[in-house]
Amino acid sequence: MNHLSEAAVRQINEICDRYAEEQTPLMMILSDIQKEYGYIPLEVQELVSERTGVPVAEIYGVVTFYSFFSLTPKGKYVIGCCLGTACYVKGAQQVIDKFSDMLGIKAGQTTEDGLFTIDALRCIGACGIAPAVSINGKVYPKVSPASVAGIIEEYRAKGNN
Amino acid sequence: MSKVNIKIEGIPFEVDAGLTILEAARQCGFEIPSLCAFNHGECSKASCRVCLVEATGARGLVASCVYPVSEGMEIKISSPKAVAARRVSVELLLSNHNRNCQECDKNGKCELLHVAKLTGAKEERFQGEQTPVTRDFLTPTIVRDTSKCVLCGRCVERCKNAHGIGVLGFENRGFKTIVAPAENRSFIQSPCIMCGQCINVCPTGALMEASEIDRVDQAMAQGKYVVVQTAPAVRAALGEEFGMKIGTPVTGKMVAALRRLGYKKVFDTNFGADLTIMEEANELLHRVKTGGVLPMITSCSPGWVNYAEYYYPDQLSHLSTCKSPHEMFGAILKTYYAKKIGVDPKDMFVVSIMPCSCKKYEKNRPEMEEEGGLRDVDAVLTTRELGRVIRRAGIRFDKLPDEDFDQDIVHDYSGAGVIFGVTGGVMEAALRTAHYVLTGKEREGIIFKEVRGFENIREAEFELGGQKIKVAVTSGMRGAKVLLDQIREGTSPYTFIEVMGCPGGCINGGGQPYVREVFLPNEDSDIMDTYKEKRAQALYSEDERQTVRQSHRNEQVQDLYKEFLGEPNSHLAHELLHTSYNPNRPRFD
Repeated sequence: MNHLSEAAVRQINEICDRYAEEQTPLMMILSDIQKEYGYIPLEVQELVSERTGVPVAEIYGVVTFYSFFSLTPKGKYVIGCCLGTACYVKGAQQVIDKFSDMLGIKAGQTTEDGLFTIDALRCIGACGIAPAVSINGKVYPKVSPASVAGIIEEYRAKGNN
Repeated sequence: MSKVNIKIEGIPFEVDAGLTILEAARQCGFEIPSLCAFNHGECSKASCRVCLVEATGARGLVASCVYPVSEGMEIKISSPKAVAARRVSVELLLSNHNRNCQECDKNGKCELLHVAKLTGAKEERFQGEQTPVTRDFLTPTIVRDTSKCVLCGRCVERCKNAHGIGVLGFENRGFKTIVAPAENRSFIQSPCIMCGQCINVCPTGALMEASEIDRVDQAMAQGKYVVVQTAPAVRAALGEEFGMKIGTPVTGKMVAALRRLGYKKVFDTNFGADLTIMEEANELLHRVKTGGVLPMITSCSPGWVNYAEYYYPDQLSHLSTCKSPHEMFGAILKTYYAKKIGVDPKDMFVVSIMPCSCKKYEKNRPEMEEEGGLRDVDAVLTTRELGRVIRRAGIRFDKLPDEDFDQDIVHDYSGAGVIFGVTGGVMEAALRTAHYVLTGKEREGIIFKEVRGFENIREAEFELGGQKIKVAVTSGMRGAKVLLDQIREGTSPYTFIEVMGCPGGCINGGGQPYVREVFLPNEDSDIMDTYKEKRAQALYSEDERQTVRQSHRNEQVQDLYKEFLGEPNSHLAHELLHTSYNPNRPRFD
């Protein structure tokens, strides 16, 4: 049932070993795998299931519950648009729509060149600077639709280097 | 146990500390409407919000199925606020529910409709978007329809509790949440063993057996020679479909009903069970004598066989090669019996009435096909489906006379065959025969009490004719895993192991009538704890009534060997009565 490379199997086993002492290591394991690979496909979940004894269906449930985890590869730059209440009333929907228009993808999708993914987030705890956008950990305050083009350009320039 | 003083509707009561409000109220003579809670907390996720009540010390209304009682607590079940909240909870569940109730096989046993009645949720107050629907019809045993699901999680818990497998889980989030195997796959593409325990606990029609009633109707309409056989556990539970008390044996009425349904012949799978013992006991003795693979494990339960193939593909040589009793009987009906009565086997259609949903899958296995594409068994109906067919035909089950199985060359059965339906029964039947073969005489008192009961793993040791035989019995895959891990590690002390897929054996199979306190007002309040024993008792009592109680003393089985098969484990017996296992059985797409 596994179609993973030996190197991947080794690395995932290593990640599982890190939390061998924990009583409920699942979230930490998944979190490390997400950070390492950018996504957690079913084959990987099956391997984690074998190692932890947690049923695959339960792991799949966790992966599909939290928007931080992804089943498909994400782009090099993940544009996290906060749609929490504060950001939303400050116009976050227009911001995410602008990103969608300019990149030609919907929230949750990745551009064909693999450079950008748009994620719709629910409150990243930056209500004071709403609407907030977080790209690979860097937070942009008070984003307006007009500033979207500049942000995309910034990463396109980086990405092409 | 320490006690606490509470008040319900202003009336003081003293109850055990640590109880939930729901349990405490029940002890005090109140039944709070509840939906997701099941079987004394086997599943209590408080997900449905149907059991809301007012309780002092709590903020807002509380879900009584999980909220514990405390000293001085005052509980209000009938306050306008609590009554309205419970009704709204049910109305919200109904608003996202496929209310095409007449198409649903749970019709009449639906717990959602039951709480709708209790809470007075009549109007369609909330209308709007519905959760995207998945209907899984690919699996020949279980049909999953998320449009009927109330997300109670009982199936998720049962799969984990009974088997430690956990095929089902909650997927996605919020409004899009569904209960499904990982990736929302079909059961047949998941590590499911198809035991059907999830069907037994589902409160609605979200999980149902894949009905084969239409297939049987068609065969009847085509004028086929339709023969029916009934598994032992069916007679111990069929009466429940018609309001009889749990544990009422209904063998005679069941036969009478089947005869009225137009079957040409009505036989008992127990004949096949006796045949299984002849083959299996001889296989075991052969393995012991020749240093074959031990321990040998029974192979009657298709859920267990699925588990072994999927989870322990390296240990399949431990499984007996015997087909299950109804498959053996099917093979004999289409060869030996068809020839005797002069019916072309191609025109014969064998229907098995089973307590099991997995038998529907088993009968489709490629190994269960004889020459010329003939299947050993053509259709499998569960006990519940038989109930439906009997009602459809307008038969008053309780008014039926007791009738006998058709008296023909394959109707005899022993008490050993009857107890196949309960965990430990196959082991006991095999021991009765092994005792005779190894010691030359019957065991005093016949029975082997040591292997009876409902403990998860039971073991016993016998000395039979100088041979020491250590045996183990389990049901549900939690116990099977323990025993198989021992085998894998080379530490298993056993000669012979019986494994059944469903906890308690076939009497609690995935095709048996639903056991729900709310629909059983005349049963004792502990019925959820005792129903398995009551059904088992129905089988043990039939065993006691039989004049022949050992498989090797079934004269018709002896005649079958003399006239047709030769001897147990003969070449022909192997061809017709034995099977093989596939460690690489394709499951995933």
